[in-house]
Amino acid sequence: MRLERRTTTPPWLRVVVPIGALAVALVLVAIILGASGHNPLSTYRAMFRAGFTDRGALSATLLNATPLVLTGLCAVVTFRMRIYNIGGEGQLYVGAVAATAVGLALGGRPSGLVIVAMIAAGMAGGALWAGIPGVLRAYVNTNEILTSLMLNYVAGLLILYLIFDSTSYWRNLTSPGAKVYPQGKMLTSRGWWPAWHLGGLAIPLGFVLGAGLAVGVTLALQYTRTGFQMRLVAGSPAAGRYAGIDTRRLILVVMLLSGALAGLAGASQVGDFSHLLDPNGLEQAMYGYAGIVGAALAGFEPLAVIVTAVFLGALTNAAVQLEGPSFPDGLVGTIEGTILFCVVSGALMTTYRVHRRASDPGPPEAPAEAITSPVETSLVDSRAQS
Amino acid sequence: MPAIAARGITRRFPGVVANDRVSFEVLPGEVHALLGENGSGKTTLCKILTGLYRPDEGEVHIDGRRVHFTSPRDAFDAGVFMVQQHFSLVDRLTVAENVVLGWSPHRTFRCRAREIEAEVAATSERFNMRVDPSARVWQLSVGERQRVEILKALYRGARILILDEPTTVLTPQECEHLFASLRDMTASGASVVFISHKLREVTAVCDRVTVLRRGRTVGAVDIAAAGADPRALARLMVGHEVSLATKDPLVVGADAPVALDVRSLGVSNDFGRLRIKDVSFSIRRGEVLGVAGVAGNGQRELAEAITGLRSHTAGQVLVGERVLRNGSPGDAIAAGVAYVPEDRMGTGLVPSLKVTDNVALKDFRSPELSRGPFVSPKKVLARTRDLLDRFDVSGRPDSTVRQLSGGNAQKVLLAREMSSNPRVLVVAALTRGLDVSAMESARALLLEAAGRGVAVLLISEDLDEVLDLSDRVAVVYDGRIMGIVGAHGADRDGIGLMMAGIEVAA
Repeated sequence: MRLERRTTTPPWLRVVVPIGALAVALVLVAIILGASGHNPLSTYRAMFRAGFTDRGALSATLLNATPLVLTGLCAVVTFRMRIYNIGGEGQLYVGAVAATAVGLALGGRPSGLVIVAMIAAGMAGGALWAGIPGVLRAYVNTNEILTSLMLNYVAGLLILYLIFDSTSYWRNLTSPGAKVYPQGKMLTSRGWWPAWHLGGLAIPLGFVLGAGLAVGVTLALQYTRTGFQMRLVAGSPAAGRYAGIDTRRLILVVMLLSGALAGLAGASQVGDFSHLLDPNGLEQAMYGYAGIVGAALAGFEPLAVIVTAVFLGALTNAAVQLEGPSFPDGLVGTIEGTILFCVVSGALMTTYRVHRRASDPGPPEAPAEAITSPVETSLVDSRAQS
Repeated sequence: MPAIAARGITRRFPGVVANDRVSFEVLPGEVHALLGENGSGKTTLCKILTGLYRPDEGEVHIDGRRVHFTSPRDAFDAGVFMVQQHFSLVDRLTVAENVVLGWSPHRTFRCRAREIEAEVAATSERFNMRVDPSARVWQLSVGERQRVEILKALYRGARILILDEPTTVLTPQECEHLFASLRDMTASGASVVFISHKLREVTAVCDRVTVLRRGRTVGAVDIAAAGADPRALARLMVGHEVSLATKDPLVVGADAPVALDVRSLGVSNDFGRLRIKDVSFSIRRGEVLGVAGVAGNGQRELAEAITGLRSHTAGQVLVGERVLRNGSPGDAIAAGVAYVPEDRMGTGLVPSLKVTDNVALKDFRSPELSRGPFVSPKKVLARTRDLLDRFDVSGRPDSTVRQLSGGNAQKVLLAREMSSNPRVLVVAALTRGLDVSAMESARALLLEAAGRGVAVLLISEDLDEVLDLSDRVAVVYDGRIMGIVGAHGADRDGIGLMMAGIEVAA
């Protein structure tokens, strides 16, 4: 048996493969559950209920999905150009810091103004943080994977410092509870983002923004000149230069845009959810990293990111509900991990086919192996090439 | 008993049958040419013969014994050795060290340098391939490096030597020398398989030729019996009569305005070494200036400096009256410099993108293809259809360039560059890797552009092509122009000497 790169990928495969992978995952997890003395069927039923059908479950799932849509898009816009911004996590933190600051400062102003200012500040904060690896990559050719990743830790320490190790503007220094355990200053209700209610379902503003941006990013990638340039540079950086494209500027623009999306996720965390700067909550959720997983699951298609974000959101939600004395944390993690593992490795099947019958030791003579369309990129594949 | 007998070889790759029941026979003591257009299966066949691929069907016999190679090592143990186009030598080691690297007849731990050098010297003497065994490889010329590669095979006792396009890196004189050595080898009973596109060489040096077309054996021909006619071979290779366009002497002559003016240009390579040294020339409208030279003498750097892809360190490039901004591809495009680069797939075209995207590659900002901040798919599609039609490309607008044949891809590239109404056209590789029929149309397109008044700089390692298509020929050696001569009735020997760096009185 060996793997061969597909010359073309039939469209139906992109739909069938993830569903098949999910089915495989469910079977594998059923074995694990059975071995640990749980009834797989009832566990799955409980997970589905907790993720979607219970009272308020879908609302909770959407709230989880909101930052994932945005951090997913953050990954999509850079990965599509074969630039790898792994710093969505840190950019989200900085976006949250900036949005909180603005929300606190404008506390008494009309709600609309406060919210717009928070959105703008969050995006600016994220863009600023992404601009650091962006400039380094564009002008001194530093590896953006490492720099953006390392800056996540810097941003993580920054938010911890603001709340736990300083008497900063963000820290609540007055309430009695905050004197026992440090916490952030709460925004006035004018800085709380609205949600739309459809029956029992609450759709947060951040989710609406994320969905709108997913459509926007799709159209931009497809039809704008910047999208065209990104496609060229992704396909071949040398051809981009040959076509007279200012690659450095393009890299910087894309990194700033990517950071702005993650920063908006941070703003939404404050506006839609916590209403204060909550370092522990942000760091435990790891929305920045989960967004990359969501983007990979979506095959780096912006619209599909909405679907995978909801899926991941439901999974997290279900995991929280399942945890308990008879259902240890580790088992929940195993279930999540197995499902993700199957779906991500399934993506390999859309770019490769399995060829049975032992044959030659050499690689097949596929034309121009090194350059593949970014749409064909699975996470596995992009890591191998980066 | 044939030295190589391959029968019914079939090898499939996803989407193609690279070899379809190919038969190939090489007799002991002959130079046998393997001829075929690109994609005809030559490379696949050779990789099977040297153990890099295994055939799906068919058998290979070496010296009458059936063999099953699983690695190049097996092939080499059976006496089959291939010299690739790209050498595998270690620059910092000596010739003798390179020759014994990885294999030595002395099964001892200690490296007996003097002894090995003597042996290598003896081998090189025997086949009249003189190289100093104690010289370090970096000191050698490309031709000498090739000799080291061949020596490596001979020293290891190769009985069958496969040479993949060995003459691309050689001057005409070096080619003659190589051919003489090949004859020495065959006189000792060894066999040589000679892969080439150049029909003139095939008829000059080979005894027999096997022609492949689209993965199948078309036939094996005895060259002497066939009357050594390159045209007959071309017909066999392509399947129909071939006529290659040649340039008529420029009629407009010396009063035509200068379109490209290069003044004392200096260009460094990626490692900061000066590769173009004080080069000056000018090209008039409608004129084709050929650049002849052995590969790697600064041609690439010259083309890239003119098109703005590489910054120059000295001098100026002028298009008409306009001085081009140093290192700005955008400025060169705006000034009307079109460029057909050496690296077609990857620089000139993006293989993973559709033909439409590739057509819009340079022009996507112009109002003709865009509306506001958007690239207009409708306008791009219309232009693509028009170009595919006018330049006779077989391919759909929405297929990726990777799916096109080499010839059609080159036509898309030429179509895009020529349809931009350039003032200057820099062509770094017009026909490399193209089959004969695609070559015909590429040459015709180039001459058509010149006929419309475009100034053309044609860079090629194929001296015949340069002489056929140019008005004047500039010969480059080590980053300098050794001389510029008229192409019509040019003295090939003189050009050959200049290509080797020898000053010739004009």
